[in-house]
Order: sequence, then C-alpha cells, then structure tokens
Amino acid sequence: MVERSATAGPPARTRPGGPAAIGAAYDFVDRHRVAIAILFLIVLPWLTPYKALAVNILIYGLFAMGFNLIYGYAGMLSFGHAALFGLGAYGCGIPIAKFGIPWFLALPTGVAVAGLAAVAIGWFATRSRGIYFAMVTLALSQVVYYIVFQMVWLTGGEDGLRGVSVPALDIFGLELSLLDPTAKYYLILIAVALALWLFSRILQSPFGAVLEAIRENEKRAAACGYDVNRTRWAAFILSGLFSGLAGALYAIHLSIVPIETLHYFTSAEVLMMTLLGGMGTFFGPFVGALVYILLQDVVTVVTVHWQLVVGILFVVLILFFPRGIWGSLLHWLRP
Amino acid sequence: MSTAPILAAEGIGKRFGGFRALSDVSVAFEPGSLTSIIGPNGAGKSTFFNVLSGAFPPSEGRVRYEGRDITGLPQHRFAHLGIAKSFQITNLFPQLSALENVRIAGQAMRSRFDMWTKRETIAELLDRAEALLELVGLAARRHEIAENLAHGEQRSLEIAVALACDPRLLLLDEPTAGMSPEEARAMMDLILKLNEERTVVLVEHRMKLVMGISSRIIVLHHGQLLAEGSPDAIRSHDEVRRVYLGQTV
Repeated sequence: MVERSATAGPPARTRPGGPAAIGAAYDFVDRHRVAIAILFLIVLPWLTPYKALAVNILIYGLFAMGFNLIYGYAGMLSFGHAALFGLGAYGCGIPIAKFGIPWFLALPTGVAVAGLAAVAIGWFATRSRGIYFAMVTLALSQVVYYIVFQMVWLTGGEDGLRGVSVPALDIFGLELSLLDPTAKYYLILIAVALALWLFSRILQSPFGAVLEAIRENEKRAAACGYDVNRTRWAAFILSGLFSGLAGALYAIHLSIVPIETLHYFTSAEVLMMTLLGGMGTFFGPFVGALVYILLQDVVTVVTVHWQLVVGILFVVLILFFPRGIWGSLLHWLRP
Repeated sequence: MSTAPILAAEGIGKRFGGFRALSDVSVAFEPGSLTSIIGPNGAGKSTFFNVLSGAFPPSEGRVRYEGRDITGLPQHRFAHLGIAKSFQITNLFPQLSALENVRIAGQAMRSRFDMWTKRETIAELLDRAEALLELVGLAARRHEIAENLAHGEQRSLEIAVALACDPRLLLLDEPTAGMSPEEARAMMDLILKLNEERTVVLVEHRMKLVMGISSRIIVLHHGQLLAEGSPDAIRSHDEVRRVYLGQTV
C-alpha cells in the first residue's frame, strides 16, 4: 500500500486492542471524503433554521477550505485572505451590476481577479515567514480595502456594491429562480462540489505532497530540490482562486457586495472557522463554518454580544481541542 | 592529476561577524573518490561542509562543481545538479512515513508542480523509494512514521533521502553522529558501497572510523587546511599527530 494524504493513516492497520471497525470506518471516510462531504452538504439546508443560513455555511466553508490550503496544509498563516474573498466578490459583482455581464462570465471574472491579486500579494508575502508573512498579508489586504473603499464610482465605497442582481439562471434552457432559496442553495452547491473534488485532487497530487513536505521540513524540502518559495507562491495563488470563487458566489448570493467582505475581520473569521473545524483536515473548514455561523445566528437571538459568546467558546476549544472539532474526531478515530 | 575534479573549493574563507571560521581553504575532489574531512572540535569542518553544500555562501573564494561556479547558488538547485547531502542533525519529514520521505525526495526530480496526477499512480517513484529503503536496510520499516524510528534508523533514512535524487556527488555531514560503534561500522560499509557509483565527501569527528575506507583525508585545524593525503600519509603526518595529541591516528 502507499501513502495518501496528510489526513490518511497507514491503511488496514487497527489500533491495538481497538475494534477493527473503527479503522475500517476511518479508512472508508477518508477514501470517499469528497462524496461524503457532498452528501452532507446536500442534506444540510434541511438541518439549518432557514435556507439562507445554509448558503452562508456553504460559501464560508468553501472560503475556509481555500484558506486551509495554505494554513493547514502548507503551514502559512495568512491574515489577509479577506482581500482575496472580497476581490472575488467585487470581481464578480461589478461586471453584473455595472456592465450587465451575464453571471456565467462574471463568476470566472471574480475568480480571475482574486487569482491575480493572489499572484501579486503572494509574490511579496511568500518571501517572508511566520509572523512576518501574516503581517505582509494583513498590510496588503488593508491596501486593497482602502483602494476599494475610495473607488466609490465603481465599488459603491462604504455603502457596498449594490445591484448585483441575478434573479434567475438559464441553464441549457432550464429556468431556475435564485429568489427561491432552495434552488439557490443547490445551484451554489454545484460549484462548491466541483471545488471540493478539485481540492481533493490537488491534495492527492505530487504538488500536494510537496506542500506537506514543506510544512514538515522546509530545509529538507529545499535540499531535496524543491524551490520552497515558488511552491509557497503557487499554493497561495491556488488558495486565492478558491477564496475568490467563494467571494464570487457570495456576491451572487447576497445580490450586493458589502465592503465588510474586505475588512480584516473577515480574515479573522475565516481563521477562526478553520481552527474551530480543524486545520489541515479536508472537511474541517466546513464544520468550522457550520458551527461558527450557527452559533452566531442562535446567540444573536439571545444577546447582541454574540461575539463574546463565540469568543469564549473559541478560547475553550483552542485550549482543550487544539485540533478543532472535526480534527479531534478524526484523531480519535484514526487507527 | 589526470582527471578534472568533480568538486573544487578555491580559497574558501568564512567569517561570522568578527569570528573567522575558515581561511583560504583550497581542495579539489576527484570523481569517484571517497574523501573524509576530519579535524578536532571547532576546526571548521561543518562550516566548510556547509559552504560546499550551499547552505550558506563563503565570505571569500569560489566553489566549482564539474567546472561550473556554484558559489551562492540557491539550495534547491543543488539536487538538480546531482549534489545531495545529509545533515549532521537528523533532518527528515518527521510526520511522514519512511517510504513517503524517500518518495517525496525522489519526486523533486520529476514532478514539482503537477497538481493533477494521483501521486500513488507514479509507480517508478514508489519502486525507487522501496529499492532505496531496501539498500539502507529499512524495507521492513517502510510504513513507520519517521519520528518513531530509532536514531540509527533515522540516520539510515537520511542517507536514503539523500540518495533519492540519484546524486553524482554525495555530501555527508557526520553520518554516524550519535550511533553505536556497531551501527557506525555498518554505516561505513554502506558508504563504501555507495562510493562504488558516486563521489562521496564526508565530515567525520571520529577519525579512526574513516581511516579504513577513505581514499583521501583532509585535515582542518583552526579553520585552515592542515594536511591532505592518503590515510597512510596522514597517519604519519607530524602536524596531524600533534593536533590529535595523545591519540593514535
């Protein structure tokens, strides 16, 4: 047998004294992680209080997954991913709102804008390490924030971009209304499912192996012949494309693009979601997004100080379950 | 000398702030040779090794590999030129299996940015990794996480990882560090075997170990080249005997 991904244990080996069924179950979940994740997301809207919440979970889960590629898998803590998410949203929203461009062209435009931003931000940031990397990404994302904030004629500035209206999609003659939350959810899920599959494929690829190697031991990876900075840059760009797709879908979902998408608080949120769910795990970011958004929704009903409650829970989880919710679960089940 | 050297250090000097670790060391390494760099503690062996292997550039002098100036070349280029190294302090991918450690090292020669192929379908890389683990005696431990291997096993894995890029020149920094005498002897046998197909340069603190296998010995002392020659010539070298005071060389 061969090694697979970071989340995969040595195959067909049981925990001493533990039931073999757990090992088999772990193996099964890992082998079919994309299918299981998609199945879960198909059921999700029927478990949340209302459908729009499920859409948020879907989109933020995708964003956190993209973030996790560099944070969890490559060990780089970016504090500027709001720029990539936000530019994805504006890059998709502006063509629709200002130029009347159809959604199927606007969506890839948003992804491309985020990708280009990741090329530029990543070029600077991947030259530094650790806290310096976090600071460079934060600083550059703030630059993006202020540029978009000032360009009121194009972006709507402080008020956000309005009029990103995609009321209905015409897919091969089939008219689907985005005003129906269920239809909207499943349409967005198609994009997310494709992204999940692609992401899993990247993790299994030789490039995915290089990311693991660099996270494990940068010096050794360089001695083996890997250009560490270029690999980190490529990972940053990939991460930017996934984050940009999340942002573009968010613009279509909300029909507006709030300036908050670019705010550094968004960068902090995606970090919290990833940590809550479990960094470096395939499905952890979605679990993190689910818990974070559900909590926010539930606690807001009781008190306006929802951030306090979420914050306390976050601290408790980090102290007692540093692997996150999904990460801890996998760890216990791991043969 | 009949053949052109595979590696040549020309007037290497290295300063760390006010401290001079190396001064004017010039040595040439012949293809196919097994050269050991020895010297007492603080002689500058590791500094010299790090300059040769490109961990940091020298303050003065040049390093040439197959006639080409490689001074200051980025670290990752070395493997592609056919130069591999092992580290003095074990330097592996701790959470990856022994097999994946070697597989990923070999992969650097062919797939660095392939984001599509499934990695386990590249059979040649797996086969090669298996063969190298066999060579260093770790075949039975292939699925063990590197971190869980015994110290001696980690040292062997380090060699397999270095060999994965199929180097023409193998640089080993104290490959027997922390090993028991038996393990160290087994390592020397392995190094001798590796030397059949490639040039080997190794740094060693325990000079008795290398006397039997080296074709040539280089002695550093206080950052300077003290002596070089065959093991026999070094044994009878007055200066070397004085430096290794009281020890039978």
